[in-house]
Amino acid sequence: MNDAGLWSIFINASLVNNFVLAYFLGICPFLGVSAKLSTATRMGGAVTFVMLVASLSAFGVNLLLEWAGVPYLRLISYIVIIASTVQFVEMFVKKMSPALFRALGIFLPLITTNCAILGVALFQTNRGYDLLQCSVFALGAGAGFTLALVLMAGIREKLELASLSDVVQGAAITLMVAGILSLTFMGFAGLGAA
Amino acid sequence: MSRPEIIASDATPRPAWQMYRAMVGTGIFCALLIVAVFLYTLPVIERNRAAALEKAVLEVLPGATRFRRYDLEQPVYAAFDAGGELAGIALEAQRMGYQDTIRILYGYDPARQAVVGMQVLESRETPGLGDKIEKDPVFVDNFTALDVRLAADGTQLANPIVLVKPGQKTRPWQIDAISGATISSQAIADMLRDSTVRWVPLLWGMRSEFSADEEAGDER
Amino acid sequence: MNAEQGNTPTADDFLKGLWRENPVFVYLLGMCPVLAVTNSAINGLSMGLATLFVLTLSNTLVSVLRNIIPREVRIATFILIIATFVTVVDYLIQAISLELHKSLGAFISLIVVNCLILGRAEAFASRNGPARALLDGLGMGLGFTLALLCMGGVRELLGNGSLFGVAVLPAQFQPWIVMILPGGGFFTLGVLLLLINAAKARRQARAQTLEGAS
Repeated sequence: MNDAGLWSIFINASLVNNFVLAYFLGICPFLGVSAKLSTATRMGGAVTFVMLVASLSAFGVNLLLEWAGVPYLRLISYIVIIASTVQFVEMFVKKMSPALFRALGIFLPLITTNCAILGVALFQTNRGYDLLQCSVFALGAGAGFTLALVLMAGIREKLELASLSDVVQGAAITLMVAGILSLTFMGFAGLGAA
Repeated sequence: MSRPEIIASDATPRPAWQMYRAMVGTGIFCALLIVAVFLYTLPVIERNRAAALEKAVLEVLPGATRFRRYDLEQPVYAAFDAGGELAGIALEAQRMGYQDTIRILYGYDPARQAVVGMQVLESRETPGLGDKIEKDPVFVDNFTALDVRLAADGTQLANPIVLVKPGQKTRPWQIDAISGATISSQAIADMLRDSTVRWVPLLWGMRSEFSADEEAGDER
Repeated sequence: MNAEQGNTPTADDFLKGLWRENPVFVYLLGMCPVLAVTNSAINGLSMGLATLFVLTLSNTLVSVLRNIIPREVRIATFILIIATFVTVVDYLIQAISLELHKSLGAFISLIVVNCLILGRAEAFASRNGPARALLDGLGMGLGFTLALLCMGGVRELLGNGSLFGVAVLPAQFQPWIVMILPGGGFFTLGVLLLLINAAKARRQARAQTLEGAS
């Protein structure tokens, strides 16, 4: 059971314990898709959306597993659920809004192996959130992911113009910038305590 | 981020039964493996869990040698000394700390009307600052005899637990904060205050009902 | 990639993962656990070993089944196999030490989405014999473990003044707490990559001057 307030959950998931900068979830897209601001924003939107849907499905599946008394199937079920959720979302968006599909399309398959999505499902189960808390948690995690991605993309666009030694180019400098961002986010600690 | 490789695929589509066979076969194998490991490790895991719980309960209640679980609104653990007398009751409390939720287990001794021990079960507080709530000897000393005496009417605490600035503890119901970790100290003090305000009058009222005797308490 | 050179296991199948094709330092695969659980050497080592276990077994099994699994459903089957071994390792760690399970937390379950494992299953195990896949899994897993141990060692040494929980630096040493905070993970990996890049660049430069001289 968990009686944490909704606002506290949101602040905690998005800022204090930012999924990317404090839990290191979703590092692959964070390093891969953060080179341009426009793609970063879209990727963030797609991840947030899938997170919300996956979180709600995982909540339902968990209830079902608890009822059936087979907790050891949790991980497999979550993986299957997330993979099929992404498929459904892809088909649904394609049908309902071709414009949105064009914007998000190429990112959707990438999201299947995004550990942040599985992370949301696992953390909400560990903490025993209820349905409403789950959705707020997923939204917060998505917002935090988007924020980190957008910040990083902004910095990397500036970095392109800086004269850097060849040795630090690429992953090395990106990681160091991420380290500084992560330290900055430590400043948010304590916000969720109120 | 696996490296892109061109897969030498055979263009002819396979019959559906082959796919079913592969998926179902793998599924059955995986299910068997998981269930076997689960059944094999379950007793060991339960033993580990019980041992960890026992260690924590006996640590927050000095003098206790065994305990029993009572499921009230939250589980409480009544612990008894070697002579079968009630040594105290341990229960959990939790609250949002600086980084994440902090969970503690504390021991209440009705005979001394005091909190006699506290242990942090889970915390992600900042190493070197907030994690002093587990390590700082002065802070941990706060919880060896923290007064939670009941008021004369027996329904509420005479003095709810309060946090004071470092080194300014003058009364037995005050907690000395850790300098540099005020929010973490505050979280511990708050969760202890809330939990004791609610539970101590209740536990005091039913202190005689806890019994080391197996049969007496089984109906609870 | 030397995948299509017959089915005799070679020492290179094992050795390449340790350094030349190290999954972390060269391919940047599986970054989440690399950064998340390496705040102490023991955590890094256990996470590495857990991944090694999953990687070796899933590689072998995928390789054994590679001719039975149709291409169309291979990814789904691989994920099923990996998730199974991760669940197994999760329970085994709980049985070995609850303390360890608590400090690794949800990251054990997250081995499932470690791109390294699916990557090896797809790129190597699904097109090579079991013996080679086994060696590849062991080598890549050990390379991953080494990287994690390296990260965990550096971070624990600087952030806590200890290694495997034993204090090694003198008491006057003021620990760099930042190293065991999340930010420290990014810094450590960034600096390690920087050093590797620098070493590579120097070796290349030397090779060029040698060529020029001859």
